[in-house]
Amino acid sequence: MTEREVKKGIKELSPIDVYMLLPRTNCKECGEANCMAFATKVVNRELPIESCPPLLEKKHKRAYGKLQEMLAPAVKEIVIGAGNHEVKVGGKLVMYRHEFTYHNPTPIAIEVTDEMPERELLDKVKRVEGFSYNYIGREVNLDMIAIRSTSNDPTAFKSTVEKVAKTCELPLILCSFTPNVMEAGLVAIKDRKPLIYAATKDNWRDMAELALMYDCPLAIFAPNNLKLLRSLAKTMIEYGVENIVLDPGTFADEGFSDTINNFTMVRRNACHKGDTLLSFPIIGTPITAWIGEEASEDMLAWKEAYIASMLMSRYADILIMHSLDGWVQLPTVIWRFNIYTDPRKPVAVEPGLRIFGEPDENSPLLLTTNYALTYFTVESDIKSAKLNCYLLVVDTEGISVESAVAGRYLTAQKTADTIKESEIDQKVKHRHLIIPGMAARLSGEIEDLTGWRVLVGPRDSSGIPKFMSEKWPPKED
Amino acid sequence: MKMEEKEEKKKASIKFSPDLIELLSRFQEIELEDVDIEVGDLEIWLRPTASLTAPPKVAVPPLLKVKPTAILEEAFLPPIEEYVGSVLEVKLGATRGEGGSRGKNVVIGGATSPAFCMFEKPPPNQPVVTLDVFDMAVSLPKAIRMHVKEVMEDTAAWAKLAVDKFGAEMVTVHLVSTDPLIKDTSPKDASKTIEEVLQAVDVPLIVGGCGDPKKDVTVFKKVSEVAQGERVVLSSLTLDMAEAGILGEVAKAARDDGHLALAFTALDLNQAKELNRRLYEFLPKDRILMDLTTAALGYGLEYSFTIHERARVAALMGDQELQHPVLSGTTNSWAAREAWMKMGPEWEPRELRGPIWETVTALVLLLAGVDLFMMMHPAAVRTMKEVVRRLMSTGKARPDKIADWVTVKI
Repeated sequence: MTEREVKKGIKELSPIDVYMLLPRTNCKECGEANCMAFATKVVNRELPIESCPPLLEKKHKRAYGKLQEMLAPAVKEIVIGAGNHEVKVGGKLVMYRHEFTYHNPTPIAIEVTDEMPERELLDKVKRVEGFSYNYIGREVNLDMIAIRSTSNDPTAFKSTVEKVAKTCELPLILCSFTPNVMEAGLVAIKDRKPLIYAATKDNWRDMAELALMYDCPLAIFAPNNLKLLRSLAKTMIEYGVENIVLDPGTFADEGFSDTINNFTMVRRNACHKGDTLLSFPIIGTPITAWIGEEASEDMLAWKEAYIASMLMSRYADILIMHSLDGWVQLPTVIWRFNIYTDPRKPVAVEPGLRIFGEPDENSPLLLTTNYALTYFTVESDIKSAKLNCYLLVVDTEGISVESAVAGRYLTAQKTADTIKESEIDQKVKHRHLIIPGMAARLSGEIEDLTGWRVLVGPRDSSGIPKFMSEKWPPKED
Repeated sequence: MKMEEKEEKKKASIKFSPDLIELLSRFQEIELEDVDIEVGDLEIWLRPTASLTAPPKVAVPPLLKVKPTAILEEAFLPPIEEYVGSVLEVKLGATRGEGGSRGKNVVIGGATSPAFCMFEKPPPNQPVVTLDVFDMAVSLPKAIRMHVKEVMEDTAAWAKLAVDKFGAEMVTVHLVSTDPLIKDTSPKDASKTIEEVLQAVDVPLIVGGCGDPKKDVTVFKKVSEVAQGERVVLSSLTLDMAEAGILGEVAKAARDDGHLALAFTALDLNQAKELNRRLYEFLPKDRILMDLTTAALGYGLEYSFTIHERARVAALMGDQELQHPVLSGTTNSWAAREAWMKMGPEWEPRELRGPIWETVTALVLLLAGVDLFMMMHPAAVRTMKEVVRRLMSTGKARPDKIADWVTVKI
C-alpha cells in the first residue's frame, strides 16, 4: 500500500540534522538503542526531543534551543483552558495530510448565548458535555462551549459565563466584541483560561490588554481581509500577546469561495512561505450559516453541517457551531476523527483467526475481510454484543467485503485456505460458517470446496446480535 | 486613545467587578507594564546620544516592548505557487455534429492548481455530477428509494427522471443484472438497455458493469458497438482484466468505437499508474479517467481523500501518469451504516442523516480535486451543484454580513 511509506519530516528534515545536535553519547536513557535511532523517532514525531535527558543539561542549552527551533511546527500550538480540561489547537507540521499526520484534532465548540433562559442554557451545555458516539470502538465527543453575548450587557454575560462554568468543565470560548462585556466574562472565570473572541480593527487595544491581564489566548477577526489579519497579528505580537488564533471569517453563502481561499492562503503562507504572522491556528465559524436566508431550520443546520466538514478539510483548527442535532454533528465528529488518524497506518489488519469472549466447541464461527475499517466495525459489534465466538479474517489485501467479492479478493478458495490455516476444525465441533450478507453469492462455492455449511449473515454487522438470537445454534438438517 | 485615558478606562471597567480584591495582583502587573513603556521610550530616545559616548552599561531587560498605539500595517501577498503539470481535459459524450446523438457534451478536468485555489488559477471546467441508475430493481436505502421507486423497473424512465427532475448533467447506467450470479443478462440484452437510455435522454452516459472482469469485457464490447460514436465512459477497466489478458480487447473496442475508459484501482497510486500505462498502449490519454476508489465517510473516506490529494499534487508536479481527471463513486457513502440505519432518537431523522452523509463524502472529495461525482440522493446532488457554483465565484464576500455574527439572534 502506498499509504505505508514513511514520510520525511517537515522541510526535508533528516535524522542526521537532528543527530548532529544531540549529545551523541549513545547513553540509551531515552530507551532507544542509540542516538541515531532516537533522532529518527524525533524526526518522525514519535518522540519529543525532551525525551533525551542529557540534552536538557545546561551545557547543551544552545543545541536544545536549535533543535526546538528546527522542530517547531509550521502552525503554533495554542492551549485553551486550564488543568485537566485544556485543549490544544494548531500545532500543524504540514499542509497536506499525506506529508505527515495532522496533530490536535479540531475541537468543536457549541455556542450558547447570554440571553437563553437558564433551563435551556444549562440543558444545552449538558447535552454538549454528554454528546457521545461509539465509532469503531472509540468514543467521539464534542469539546468546548462558546458563550456569545447577544445582550451586549456585562452583567448578563457575567452571570451566564458563571453558570456555564459551574455546570461544565469543558474549555470555553468567550465571544463579544465589546471589551467591558468580555472583561465581565473573564472576571467570572479567570482561572479557566478561555479563548477571547475576538480582537478586531476597532477594539484590538482593549482586547490585547485583557488577553495580557488574564493571560488568555486571543482570537483576531478580520473578515475577508488577510492584510488586516496580518496587521492585527503583527500588532498583537508587538503588544506582547503570544497566543493568537486567526479568524479570516466564515461566509456560508456568497463569499464561501473567498472563505476557502482565505483559509487555504493562510495555511499555505504558514507552511510554505514561513509567514510568522499567519503561523497560528485558524478558527472557523460554521455557525454563520444561521445568518442565511433559508426558511427552514433543517436547511440551515444542513448547511452548517457540510461547511464544518469542508472547513476541517481546509485547515480549520477550531470550529464554533450552533446545531447540536445528532445528524449534524455525527458526520462532523466522524470526519474529524478520520482526517486526524495517521495516514501511514495500513488499511489492512493481520489476517487469521480472532477469538472473542470465551468461545467453546459449540460457539459460532464468523468470517470477514482484513480491511481495517470492516474488521474494526465487526469487532466493535461483536464486542458490544458480548458474543463468545470465533472470527475468521480473510486476507483480501485490505479490501472491504463488497468490493472484495466483486474484485475476486474474497473467494471460496481463499476462504478454504484460511479455514485450513486457522485449524478451526479442531476448535469447534460443528461445521457451520457464517459469512457476510454481502458475500452471499459465494455460499455454494464455499460449501463445495470446504464441506462446511454456510449460513448467510446480515449485510451489515450491526445485525449480528439479531442474527445470533434467531439463527444460532443452527437447526440440524 | 492616549495611555492615560486607556488606563482610566481600564480601571473604570474593572470597577464594576465584585471580585476587585482578587484582581489586586493584576493591578500591580499593570503598573509594572507602565514602567516598561517609559523605559522603552527612554531607550529609543537615548540611542543616538549613547552612540556618541561610551555604550551605557545599564542592562535593559530584554522583554521590554513598546506597546503599539496604532495598528502596525503589514502587506499581504497571495502565496502563488508554480506547477509544471496540469490535468488533461476530457470530453464526455458526443453531439450529432461529433458523431453521436447527445444534446451537448460535458468537458471535465484541465486543472492547473489544487482544487479551488481560486487565488491561483480557477479551474477551466466545473466538477460535474452523474446520477446512478440501475438496470433492475436493486435494494436501495429508504431515503433514496422514495425518490425513484416508480421507475425502478424501467431503466430508461429512471434515467429520464434523473435528468428531468433531478437535473443530472450525466447518467450512469449500472448493468448489475449482467452479473452471472444475479441474472446473467446477456451482452445483447444489456446493450439494448443502453440503446433505450441513449434514446430516452440526451446527456452523456457512463456504462457500469457488474464487477466480474470476464463478463464486463463481453458486455462492454457489445455496448461499445451499439453506442458507437457516443463517447460513453466504460466503467470500469481494471488490472484484473489485464491479468486475465482481456484488457486489450475491450480497450481496443473503446478506441475504435470512440469511447472512454474509467481506470479503476483500489486506493493505490502505483496500481493506478500501472493500469494507465497498460491503457496507453490502446487509448489516447485524453480518453482515460481514473477512479481511485471512494470509501464512505466513517469507512475509509480519509484514505480516499488523501489519495486524491496526493494524486492531484503529483499531477501538478509533473507526474504524467496521474494527469487524468478523477471520478468518485460517491454513492458508496450509503454503505456506511450511519447513512441508513435506524439509530437512537438523538441521531434522527435518518431522512437527513443519510443524504448529509453522501453530501459530506462528496464535498470533502470536491476539495481534494475530484472532477466527476457518481451520486444518488437528490438533496446531495442539489447541494453539490450549489456549492460548486459558490466556489466558482470569488470576490462575493461582504464583511458587513458577518461582522457582528457574535450578537446575531438565532
